[in-house]
Amino acid sequence: MIFTHADLLYDSVLAKEGSMAITFTLNGKAQTVDVSPEMPLLWVLRDTLSMTGTKFGCGMALCGACTVHINGEATRSCITQIGSVAGKKVTTIEGISAEGLHPVQQAWIAEDVPQCGYCQSGQIMSAVALLTKKSNPSDADIDDFMSGNICRCGTYQRIRKAIHRAADLQSGKA
Amino acid sequence: MATATLVNRRDFLKTTASAGAALVVGFHLGASSADASAVDQEKKTVNPFNAWVRITPDNQVTLILGKSEMGQGIMTALPMILAEELYLEWDKVRIEQAPTDPAIYDHGTGGSGSVAASWLPLRQAGAAAREMLITAAAQHWNVNRNTCKPKDGGILHGARNQYLTYGELVSVAATLPVPNLNTVPLKNSDDFTIVGRDRNRFEARAKSSGTAKFGIDSRPDNLVYAVIARCPVFGGKPVKFDAAKAKAVPGIRDVISIDPVPQGAFSAGGVVVLADNSWAAMQGRRALDITWDEGPHAGESSQSLRQQFIDNASKPAKVVRNDGDANAAIAAAPAAKKVDIVYELPFAAHACMEPMNCTVRIGPDSAEAWVPTQAPQWAQDIIVGVSKLPKEKVTVHTTLMGGGFGRRYQGDFVMEAAQVAKAVGDKPVMVLWTREDDMQHDFYRPASYHHMQGAVDTQGNIVAWKHFQTSTSIAAMWEKNGAEKPEASEFATAAFIPYAAKNYRIEYTLGKSGVPRAWWRSVEHSSSGFVVESFVDELAAAANTDPYEFRMRAIGDDRKIPDFNDPKEGKPLDTARQKAVLKLAAEKAEWHKPLPPGVYRGIAGYFSFDSYTAGVAEISLKDGKLSVQRIVYAVDCGRPVNPNGIKAQVEGAAIYGVSAFMKDAITINKGRVEQSNFNDYQMPRMNETPKIEVHIVQSTEEPTGIGEPGLPVIAPAVCNAIFSATGKRIRRLPIKPEDLA
Repeated sequence: MIFTHADLLYDSVLAKEGSMAITFTLNGKAQTVDVSPEMPLLWVLRDTLSMTGTKFGCGMALCGACTVHINGEATRSCITQIGSVAGKKVTTIEGISAEGLHPVQQAWIAEDVPQCGYCQSGQIMSAVALLTKKSNPSDADIDDFMSGNICRCGTYQRIRKAIHRAADLQSGKA
Repeated sequence: MATATLVNRRDFLKTTASAGAALVVGFHLGASSADASAVDQEKKTVNPFNAWVRITPDNQVTLILGKSEMGQGIMTALPMILAEELYLEWDKVRIEQAPTDPAIYDHGTGGSGSVAASWLPLRQAGAAAREMLITAAAQHWNVNRNTCKPKDGGILHGARNQYLTYGELVSVAATLPVPNLNTVPLKNSDDFTIVGRDRNRFEARAKSSGTAKFGIDSRPDNLVYAVIARCPVFGGKPVKFDAAKAKAVPGIRDVISIDPVPQGAFSAGGVVVLADNSWAAMQGRRALDITWDEGPHAGESSQSLRQQFIDNASKPAKVVRNDGDANAAIAAAPAAKKVDIVYELPFAAHACMEPMNCTVRIGPDSAEAWVPTQAPQWAQDIIVGVSKLPKEKVTVHTTLMGGGFGRRYQGDFVMEAAQVAKAVGDKPVMVLWTREDDMQHDFYRPASYHHMQGAVDTQGNIVAWKHFQTSTSIAAMWEKNGAEKPEASEFATAAFIPYAAKNYRIEYTLGKSGVPRAWWRSVEHSSSGFVVESFVDELAAAANTDPYEFRMRAIGDDRKIPDFNDPKEGKPLDTARQKAVLKLAAEKAEWHKPLPPGVYRGIAGYFSFDSYTAGVAEISLKDGKLSVQRIVYAVDCGRPVNPNGIKAQVEGAAIYGVSAFMKDAITINKGRVEQSNFNDYQMPRMNETPKIEVHIVQSTEEPTGIGEPGLPVIAPAVCNAIFSATGKRIRRLPIKPEDLA
């Protein structure tokens, strides 16, 4: 029952239907995309813009792998329609540090946090947002803020240590 | 006395990839099955400069990784072994994934076997390269090679104080005869400077900056995105479909169908939506109107399977092992010294964070694929079979994997992508699985049911141990002779427990199910560990003995217990090493020291993947809510190659294990999986993470597995702690709130 469709594959004329130009700030630069306003930001980033640092995990804001910052707030990009992002500032893992590594990334490497690493973009984006709100979070603060991010490899213990280390780095204690 | 022989797990994994490929190629695609034996073929002595180490004239050393990185740290641990023999400066090496070349590499990555299987071959390869570089230097200086020593990526001639980098020597060295690998001198372990020291993950920076490329991140030019509507019932297929509405969704390019492959790759087939992007493809799939033939398993449910298990338990079973006379010993024991109970474990899904995906382009003359796979050669064989191209024209890029845990040893996601790519023709296609696809079309850890009977005597010795199991066997699905030996994949160490029991009987009956099942992290050990280490705890209670003391005494004398499943090739269980890890864990957890009020302990020890583990769990129960506070591990996995990596694996296995007894249950209704995403198949999260301590035995034995052995002890250690808190035993996983009341 395999259909041979090699010659039927056409450039979709429908692709442009219902699409519109949407402009937002992506990692500090103006970005315009011409897509359906309902398309989730996650897929605009990953497929339209080929920025694959932001990950797809569940599509339902249950795992946090797709976490980005919108106007500084940690946001699940998998359920955020691109239309709602117009005019806003989006920061992804590719844009959290203008030069070199962000202190959270430095801490992640120092504590050797990642295993498979797939969830870590989202974990780092959440951790950066947490530290913006609380520069010296307690374990309870970390539990509270980071519990939206799943790590199937179970790196939580090291994430906790890395967030404390990043807090120290940012405050100049380390 | 053995009445049946079980199949060795390592051989099982090793042969399954090739057997699966043979099935695929032979039965379904009509191509030659000659390709399929690649995994098992004898490795020739290869020039290490062609296989394992690449050195440029400016002395950049690149070490080649012949296994797949899924988070287990093999991209660090294996090159460490090469670097050690090559006297390299660790911080300066680069690491690169090997191409799929079965003549050189055995790419299959599973069974916690990579370090164990690669330890000697990589030492030999590194040593051979080093000796060739020494010879090249000696020839260059025209001196005795004994006066030339390797140092920091070069060769030093001490007397003359001359130094040549490997980069300056490699063009000559690579052309020299390769030393006999069996006699090439290996570095004295006392001189190790890389192996045995904590090393951070090679790719930690890439994985902390969003630049690490997983399979799902493959973006070849002109990529077409696809999702597949698979029959929700296992074994079903589409009868007809109407794609009109789907094709009207913006961004949809086409809708096609692919056949199921019911053997080998075990792929489901289905209706494929091809689109400009992933989201459009998902939208298009929602708009499909499909009529399914639900096939023979539409009536299956977890309830019906459980009833089948219960029925099986009351019928005669196959006797797998029968030492002494367990039935008579149990009959003769006083009631107070007997334990007669049932343990039950559900199906479990892998839930890798990166959902399954595979990207394939099949052109008229060549094919290229980007595959997050534990079995790159099988992936290649599948694409060869579908494309009918010669193997050398099929390039497989093994990408990083967002988790594997056994799931990515499968070929189904590769088969589907190859079928779709073949239909599309000469454009790369990514078949992307959504979380729901991944959850509902997994190969699950078998569901199992264990009737355990045993007795202790008045001195506290185990006088009988009887284990009846019925389960949805992995072997029955995968092995050629699986129907005759379904038990082969189901007992593991439960068939050769460390505890001395003169009367020891094991029985098995296959539970029939349409649910696909295969290797989940620690495979059958995840069930056997729970059963054996819960049951021995129950026997300890029957003997009124401390659970730690009972175990130490029941293990008894130092001896080596043959691997019942594979007496010839399997490593025996060394009781001295098992006792040593129990003792170490108990010491570090201060087993005999009283705990604060409201905190309770449990212990478990287990042998798996040739490694020894023990764990002490500390828990508290508040308002019927379980909190695992601390887990103290002791592990003996032979010589620790990268202690930091070992700790990470055990920490991870602990959390994976926590998921398996507190959270995970895949249940079946009307032949389909009831769970679909992380809302109904929950994962442990940061706020549920205990403090995990890992103590590593400084062994000088050959390295053994560590990706999985941390898992089997965790459920029994915690459940034994719950018994200590409540006096109630947890005998059916996952734990339910009422179990803690």
